[in-house]
Amino acid sequence: MKVNDVVLQTAAKVVFFIILLFSIFIFFAGHYTPGGGFVGGLLATGAIALLLLAYDLRTVQQLLPFNFMIVVAIGLLLSIGMASGSIIFNVPFFTHAFDDFYLPLFGATSLHTAMIFDAGVYLVVIGAAMTIIQAIGGDS
Amino acid sequence: MNMINLLILPILLPFLFAVILLFLKENIRAQRLLTIVGLVVSLAAALRLIWKVKTAGVQTITLGSWPAPFGISLVSDMLSVLLVTTSILITILIVLYSFTAIGEARERFYYYPAVLFMLTGINGAFTTGDIFNMFVFFEVLLIASYVLIVLGGEKRQLRESIKYLLVNVISSALFVVTVGLLYSVVGTLNMADISAKIAEVGQPGIITVIAVLFLLVFGIKGALFPLYFWLPGSYSAPPMPVLALFGALLTKVGLYAITRTYTLFFIHDVAFTHELLLVLSVLTVIMGCVGALAYFDLKQIIIYNIIIAVGVILFGVSQMNEAGMSGAIFYLIHDMLIKAALFILIGIIISVTGTSNLRNMGGLMKTHTSLGWMYLITVFGLVGIPPLSGFIGKLLIVQGGFEAGNTWATVIILISSIIVLLSAMRIFVYAFWGEPVKLPKSDRRSYRKEMLPATLLVVISIVYGVSTEWLIPYMADASDILLNPSIYIDAVLKE
Repeated sequence: MKVNDVVLQTAAKVVFFIILLFSIFIFFAGHYTPGGGFVGGLLATGAIALLLLAYDLRTVQQLLPFNFMIVVAIGLLLSIGMASGSIIFNVPFFTHAFDDFYLPLFGATSLHTAMIFDAGVYLVVIGAAMTIIQAIGGDS
Repeated sequence: MNMINLLILPILLPFLFAVILLFLKENIRAQRLLTIVGLVVSLAAALRLIWKVKTAGVQTITLGSWPAPFGISLVSDMLSVLLVTTSILITILIVLYSFTAIGEARERFYYYPAVLFMLTGINGAFTTGDIFNMFVFFEVLLIASYVLIVLGGEKRQLRESIKYLLVNVISSALFVVTVGLLYSVVGTLNMADISAKIAEVGQPGIITVIAVLFLLVFGIKGALFPLYFWLPGSYSAPPMPVLALFGALLTKVGLYAITRTYTLFFIHDVAFTHELLLVLSVLTVIMGCVGALAYFDLKQIIIYNIIIAVGVILFGVSQMNEAGMSGAIFYLIHDMLIKAALFILIGIIISVTGTSNLRNMGGLMKTHTSLGWMYLITVFGLVGIPPLSGFIGKLLIVQGGFEAGNTWATVIILISSIIVLLSAMRIFVYAFWGEPVKLPKSDRRSYRKEMLPATLLVVISIVYGVSTEWLIPYMADASDILLNPSIYIDAVLKE
């Protein structure tokens, strides 16, 4: 018997983008309000998990053709690289820096190196969670 | 250039190289090369750091440029930097041994990254000056060790890794609870600050309770008497290079943590806390001796020798006098080196004879003469026959024991040396003497390759024993800071 899951699949297509946008919002809002890299990463994983529920593993792998271990490694490199920048400037490890910049579209924006570290966390969380889901869900 | 971040390099470099190795999963040659390069660079940084600590005193840094009790402090005193250097050195040689001994299937599944992540955790735990950060580094090294113990997926490994994981998850939870309790009493996590705050209130009963809880937590990690039950089973499951790594490094992190907390925090009720430590360490020695004599299995004999050494070192620490403390440090580093050498040699014997049962061996002296002599020298070093490496440490520990008036306990420590000799010589007698038994066909070339790291480790341990006179200033620096916590506190808090 073929299950008709057109409602689930159509809803997933819409909801996926809403969750993904919310995860990015949470990620950027982390400095001033609750949120940050960890929750953001988990939300993004949740969005992908929704696709996995609505479709199957192979479809999602075609959609997102990443090796998620590499995503973990890139995330770690990003975080280490940010923290190691302080070695070049000979200040204590993990010293952050920030400044106000004028960006064309956003106007005056305060940028902080902690965000690069958080981006690393975001990628590590997505990569690790997706590796676990794929390893358990796959039938290789 | 005055580089203030030098003390983070022995932690950062293994971590960085482990991450790079994640990109190279399939390329085994590149993995091997990068692992060795990363470790050698880390070793160079650690040696540079020893020199800096020797000339410029204790190195401290508080991450993120925050003032001292508020940020995470890293502290490199002579003890921690010596342990960091020894760990890196041992890891290099065990990685060399792994090239032939671990097998491609495991190398392909993140073996080297796991080793480097574990080294990151070990070096971090030795260097950190923040009690919660120490917990985090413990988890880093434990999670990497879970990977190493189960990697390969043999039935026995699966069974033992469940036990190992269960015990360590429980002890980690206890660690968090204990740190929480300590935080609720003193209100700080920085180790120097904790020490100063405890000195202010003069260690009331609740702090002594926390001291015992810490002994429980680190006793599980470091295999102290009633808490060592998990170790003999878990350590016999993984392949030899992993066992060598665990035997040489992992329990020593627990020992270091006990030493650090019992010389920095809990020094105001020594009559209770250190008496307890002394009793437990002597019982550990006795139980280790019983186990070392009971088995006819190579691995089990040496595993019980780890437990004996844990007892001896903590006995030295519990004396709280100069001789006992510097003896414990001498013995700690000696034991790391000699256990790594022993496990590699045992691994070679097992791979040559194809069994770990002593009763099925014999006559190896005729076919593998250099292995026999190497093993004999290592055993003499292990027991502490002068001028080899185990001598000075045990001598100072015994001297400290007599000075502190613990005559009977010290006599037990002395007798334990004879039992160590007996248990290790039994391996020599059974495996190397007697009629040669028929050996399975083995690869002579990989045997020679495996002998290289073993020989290097034995030579290093001999040098360590012979150059005692030259090492004494370093050990004196290390025991100085353990006996005078004010040096540590001043270095961290008053910059």
